[in-house]
Amino acid sequence: MPVREILGKMIEFDDDGHLKNLNDWNEEIAKELAKEEGIPELTDRHWLVINYMRQEFQKIGDAPSIRKLTKESGVDTKELYQLFPKGPAKKAAKIAGLPKPKGCI
Amino acid sequence: MRKLVILGAGTAGTMMLNKLYNALDLNEWSITIVDKDETHYYQPGFLFIPFGIYNRRDVIKPKRDFFPPGVEVIMSEIDRIEPDKNRVVLANNRVLPYDYLIIATGSRIDPSEIEGMKDKLWYKNVFDFYTIEGACALGNFFKHWEGGKLVIHITEMPIKCPVAPLEFAFLADWYFTERGIRDKVDIHFVTPLPGAFTKPRASAILGDFLEKKNIKLIPDFNIARVDNDEKKIVSWDEIEVPFDVLVTIPTNKGDEAIKRSGMGDELNFIPTDKHTLMAEGFDNIFVLGDATNLPSSKAGSVAHFQSDILFENFMDVIDGRKPSAKFDGHANCFIESGFGKGILIDFNYDTEPLPGKFPLPGIGPFSLLEETKMNHYGKVMFRWMYWNFLLKGVELPIESHMSMAGKRL
Ligand SMILES: Cc1cc2nc3c(=O)[nH]c(=O)nc-3n(C[C@H](O)[C@H](O)[C@H](O)COP(=O)(O)OP(=O)(O)OC[C@H]3O[C@@H](n4cnc5c(N)ncnc54)[C@H](O)[C@@H]3O)c2cc1C
Repeated sequence: MPVREILGKMIEFDDDGHLKNLNDWNEEIAKELAKEEGIPELTDRHWLVINYMRQEFQKIGDAPSIRKLTKESGVDTKELYQLFPKGPAKKAAKIAGLPKPKGCI
Repeated sequence: MRKLVILGAGTAGTMMLNKLYNALDLNEWSITIVDKDETHYYQPGFLFIPFGIYNRRDVIKPKRDFFPPGVEVIMSEIDRIEPDKNRVVLANNRVLPYDYLIIATGSRIDPSEIEGMKDKLWYKNVFDFYTIEGACALGNFFKHWEGGKLVIHITEMPIKCPVAPLEFAFLADWYFTERGIRDKVDIHFVTPLPGAFTKPRASAILGDFLEKKNIKLIPDFNIARVDNDEKKIVSWDEIEVPFDVLVTIPTNKGDEAIKRSGMGDELNFIPTDKHTLMAEGFDNIFVLGDATNLPSSKAGSVAHFQSDILFENFMDVIDGRKPSAKFDGHANCFIESGFGKGILIDFNYDTEPLPGKFPLPGIGPFSLLEETKMNHYGKVMFRWMYWNFLLKGVELPIESHMSMAGKRL
């Protein structure tokens, strides 16, 4: 298991590069993870998506797909791709400290 | 009398019907199967139609050839399932009560999901090959095409037979070489995945094949729309890929009947226990084949491995036991790679495709993740096996659980 230091703390990652332990996550860590994904600053719109993803994960045990995200988070597909370029579902899950969505095989 | 109803008489439903028919006592059981279509399509054959290798007649047979006597066959559209009332309602309002239900309604393409896909260029310069109509239309187009930019495109995952678009690319390379115009055909492979395939090792090896065959890979492309006037596809982050002919795999979805029943996810796939194959939340409904939301490949071979597991669990459940067999996600796919060769992959939920020999360790005759003539014969043989063994529920000499024997780590 890869282990990396973030903000002075040793943190474990899974093979997909997502946080291994949900409990390692906090908002400061999220900001660092976002930088690694090429997002210099997290805006309110980013947080809307991230918080929605964490809620969904707590409810159903899997990060939501893009389809579900756009239907329920109030952010449309176009904006999602602007906020999290390339793969929004995967990227947002990573920053939210969640495992890779199962749908993304 | 106990009542079993099977919805869908495609690959999975037909196979399951024949397996259970041999095991259930017809004095105790009434078995009903429902499908809207009289014709069985051998879908893996659709791949070969655009290149003139197969035609329509090569891939169809009457469904009724595969139904055993004493089974009630209903040719009708299924309107919905009412799982809380243990009954199915058909389009003509006929009601079918059941004690046990097996859902095998498959998946199908829905080009209307993407703006501009099913528009004025549809079946003129924009084609699918996942339907008989699309495959035949594309065959007619290719016959007279003199070259240009061919874009092969996957809209979004999951799709059935996730290797079919790659096979299409390899066969296109071969076909236009045979026709002597390969230098006039510029082939691009555009995918939302980060590489050629879903699993890392196979993705790297298959990516090398693309490169060798001079097929350009454009990964991480999430389509927003098809621009019919300028003949290009545009991604959500505004990357543009122009085409002369677009061969796309549109969004794959479960049947609308699943949506009408309130039993599906966002894509109408049914939440299914990945090991027991029972519909989540129900103790008398099983789901088989492409209709499930399982993270296994949607393929005929997978439906076959599932059918062995479902059979055991069905026998457990009707006798009041807990389902004891566990599906491991086993998939086994021949990948046609052109010029009379093929590649074989074998994998499951936990183990990605690895190199080695199959099914006999060290002997084969098939080679995993390598391009050989023998693998191509395997693919050719598959059609014969499909009609004569698979659909009839006859045992194949391949284990339903994946084996590590013969694989190299
Ligand atoms: C181009 C292509 C290439 C492929 N290549 C391969 C390959 O090489 N190897 C492989 O293993 N697999 C391959 N597959 C995949 C394989 O064909 C499918 O995975 C398999 O057919 C799934 O079986 P199924 O029974 O779940 O669905 P299907 O065979 O599609 O059957 C579903 C049935 O349900 C019926 N139905 C659905 N809804 C309703 C309704 N509302 N009312 C009445 N009837 C309904 C349909 O009419 C249909 O008969 C390929 C598929 C395609 C498209």
